[in-house]
Amino acid sequence: MFTKFRILAGASVIALGTMIAGTVQAAETIKVGILHSLSGTMAISETTLKDTMLMLIDAQNKKGGLLGKKLEAVVVDPASNWPLFAEKMRELLSVHKVDVVFGNWTSVSRKSVLPVVEELNGMLFYPVQYEGEESSRNVFYTGAAPNQQAIPAVKYLMGEDGGEAKRWVLLGTDYVYPRTTNKILRAFLHAKGVKDADIMENYTPFGHSDWQTIVASVKKFASAGKKTAVISTINGDANVPFYKELANQGIKAEDIPVVAFSVGEEELAGLDTKPLVGHLAAWNYFMSVETPENAAFIKQWHAFIKDKKRVTNDPMEAHYIGFNMWVQAAKQAGSVNVDAVRQAMYGQRVKNLTGGVAVMNTNHHLSKPVLIGEVQADGQFETVWKTDGVVKGDAWSNFIPESAKLTADWTYPWVCGNCKKPKFMN
Amino acid sequence: MAALIKLQSIFTPGLKSALLVLAILLGGITAATTGAQAGEFEDALASLAKAKTKGKIAAINVIAASGDERAADALTAFLGGNLYFRKADKKILVAEKSGAVYVLTDPLTSKEIGQSKKSKIKKIRVNNRLRKLLRGVLGGLTLLAKDPDKRRAAADAVFKSRALSAIPVLEQAIEREQVAGVKERLVMARAAIALDKSKIEAERLAAIATLAAFAVPEVRSLLGSIANSKASEAVRAAAANALVDIESRLAFWNGVGNVFQGISLGSVLLLAAVGLAITFGVMGVINMAHGELVMIGAYTTFMVQEVFRNYFPEAFDWSILVAIPAAFLVAGAFGIAIERGVIRYLYGRPLETLLATWGLSLILQQLMRTIFGPTNQEVGNPSWMSGAVEVTGGLVLTYNRMWIIAFSLMVLISLVIVLKKTAFGLQMRAVTQNRAMASSMGIRTGLIDALTFGLGSGIAGMAGVAISQIDNVSPNLGQNYIIDSFMVVVFGGVGNLWGTLVGAFSLGIVNKFMEPFTGTVLAKIFVLVAIILFIQKRPRGLFALKGRAVEN
Repeated sequence: MFTKFRILAGASVIALGTMIAGTVQAAETIKVGILHSLSGTMAISETTLKDTMLMLIDAQNKKGGLLGKKLEAVVVDPASNWPLFAEKMRELLSVHKVDVVFGNWTSVSRKSVLPVVEELNGMLFYPVQYEGEESSRNVFYTGAAPNQQAIPAVKYLMGEDGGEAKRWVLLGTDYVYPRTTNKILRAFLHAKGVKDADIMENYTPFGHSDWQTIVASVKKFASAGKKTAVISTINGDANVPFYKELANQGIKAEDIPVVAFSVGEEELAGLDTKPLVGHLAAWNYFMSVETPENAAFIKQWHAFIKDKKRVTNDPMEAHYIGFNMWVQAAKQAGSVNVDAVRQAMYGQRVKNLTGGVAVMNTNHHLSKPVLIGEVQADGQFETVWKTDGVVKGDAWSNFIPESAKLTADWTYPWVCGNCKKPKFMN
Repeated sequence: MAALIKLQSIFTPGLKSALLVLAILLGGITAATTGAQAGEFEDALASLAKAKTKGKIAAINVIAASGDERAADALTAFLGGNLYFRKADKKILVAEKSGAVYVLTDPLTSKEIGQSKKSKIKKIRVNNRLRKLLRGVLGGLTLLAKDPDKRRAAADAVFKSRALSAIPVLEQAIEREQVAGVKERLVMARAAIALDKSKIEAERLAAIATLAAFAVPEVRSLLGSIANSKASEAVRAAAANALVDIESRLAFWNGVGNVFQGISLGSVLLLAAVGLAITFGVMGVINMAHGELVMIGAYTTFMVQEVFRNYFPEAFDWSILVAIPAAFLVAGAFGIAIERGVIRYLYGRPLETLLATWGLSLILQQLMRTIFGPTNQEVGNPSWMSGAVEVTGGLVLTYNRMWIIAFSLMVLISLVIVLKKTAFGLQMRAVTQNRAMASSMGIRTGLIDALTFGLGSGIAGMAGVAISQIDNVSPNLGQNYIIDSFMVVVFGGVGNLWGTLVGAFSLGIVNKFMEPFTGTVLAKIFVLVAIILFIQKRPRGLFALKGRAVEN
């Protein structure tokens, strides 16, 4: 046991050493900070994103780097600890002096780094679908806003192909993203004439594993004579036992479809999906979409990670788009200075992996296509519905009265993330 | 047949599309009785290549009604997502993946016609709307199947689809049916179609009377929609009346279900806590790495299953039985190493033990993350642990939960036997009750300490096998169970196995009865508050140990 400790300790000393060495020889490189948890609860999702970033940086360096310099990744581990995210962000910006940061997964961790990145005028690319209601001058949101994921999914379920659902169960993990999303959804459902009696809302803690009662009560709620659908904002680890319980209690997708906003290819990896065929997920990307860009991306990922079984998912595409936009913007600005790059970011266009072109808007959100996919027996999703073009991400939801009045636009004359009227109006 | 004609004649839809469906249905039924028109099946199948959802619906109805004997196979392939068409000539194929290629079968001749790469063929998409219809029409086609389970599933599918076209087969099936349970379902399906599709009040009232006998959620759902529909006053009143009766019966079974779920949650708590009852309860070691030993057991299950997947795939169902002793040994070995390496230097210093074992838990987590990666590992459920048995009234008991309840009790009983009936158990009790005396009797206390800790850890490992069946196998698995385990042991009474048993089951049941009213988060908080209050009254838990051993 003790030798094992010694090996571990030795390994970490060496790792530390290389990190310090990395910072010393850094004068002629452009530094890219990577702020993803490599330990703790969120490591399951965030480690993949760290690897994605390393892959993208590596590929860019093979193409000759950026502005004549090599890119250098600075990886830190905030350990799924929300306050530590803020400390690590400060470390990246003021000790390592990185030019841009790609990172975060949970909304609570993003809220934690927000004051730091704003105070030190950093630039953060945030790759995960989130609840909206935010637009920071120093953050670019490359994941989906609610109107790019939740609202289209509900509309699909209301439509003929989705089963014309009339009764809704909103299941979520108990934190800011599900609660805000469900607030927006409730307002949206009200606008569509759904009564409160036909909406059931339920929250569970992170990592909840005993779903018997909740699945039984969903069944009961669904037996009131109206077509019922479940909207799941259950996050992370709790999904596997939830889907296992659904399968075991024999809930079929044609009877009660479940549409999830946080379940991607990666989450299905630990699961036998045969009983779940037909349940849905809404994203901007699925690994199964057949385009030349996506095939190349998957090939690149498998070559980099040296494992053909690994899947790709939506936040990985978000980093792909975000990183390429940043590279283009830096080239255009001729500098990696945060203010210069920010100006050059607006209107940047990068080809989506699923077809079409993503555009960065002045509210710091992307225009992207929305896809709805069905779970397949092999753990992949099959697209059953797709928006005709791209959908512009809304920072502020139109369905919450107090947010509907707000505008986010970081160009003249607005220059503001949450204003009712432009700052520079004469 | 008379009933059928009546049903159809009263089915007078106003919409054009509905008329079309009716025409197809009528056409189909005549075709089924008078012999299929040549080419109908082939044409409908071929049309699937280009059709949108509406076209597919029409085609499915034609295929189902064609009476063609190839229909059931083609539709089953469609439902299973195995129906493709060749991009070159739009020919419909059944394709099944085998390695990197797809093996193609012609649905018209049922003969194998070679292999193809994925890029040459395109899947005919099926969505939930089509799936529902497919299950319904397939139900109609399999109502006369030999296997009673299939007939039952077919009856349920027909109940859900309420396809008018199923009536003639349904009548035939009811007449022939010998198995009471299946017959019930068939009658239920016929009544559901009559209630939904008929326009004659007497028929609908009779259907409600038939349905009122079945207290299942599906019937409740159907009656609920009728009670709120635009049906005549009498029909709505009858539906509402039947509904009241069904609801009260469902409520009773719901209560029974709550008890089962409570016992099931309790059994998981019990499994997680029994090991701790030894290490914490008997030895007094506050082992914060207990959850990680559970996790090690779960990972051992994963490794055993990997071996089975690679070398004996046909015996996969029995991998769990191998995993149980393997997990016991692996987690036990870890436990002994922890005791010999860390804990033995810290006896009598609870705070230091707490910190050291907490550090150990982080090390073990990161160790697993380094070896296996941070993502979830797939642990399969053996077929005898998948699915559920529907007792009655929508009371569904899942097999995996029932096995876990049985397993937890077996573990507890074997542990009691080890403690009370073996020499090791005697020595263990002697050492924990009076170390000096036991030592002077010639018992090697150090060895017994290590083995006792190993036993508790091994049981934690076995808990990991059970938990891998219902939860994620990831490095974080242990954290979710550590607090609950301590709660059970403290509540039940430190050092008392029966206390652990009663504590686990009562916490489980209380939790499950509160959950529907308060939600999961609040239920947990209430239980914690209740335990805090309880500990004020009875500091030693439910079943306190008495005697001199406790005093020091």
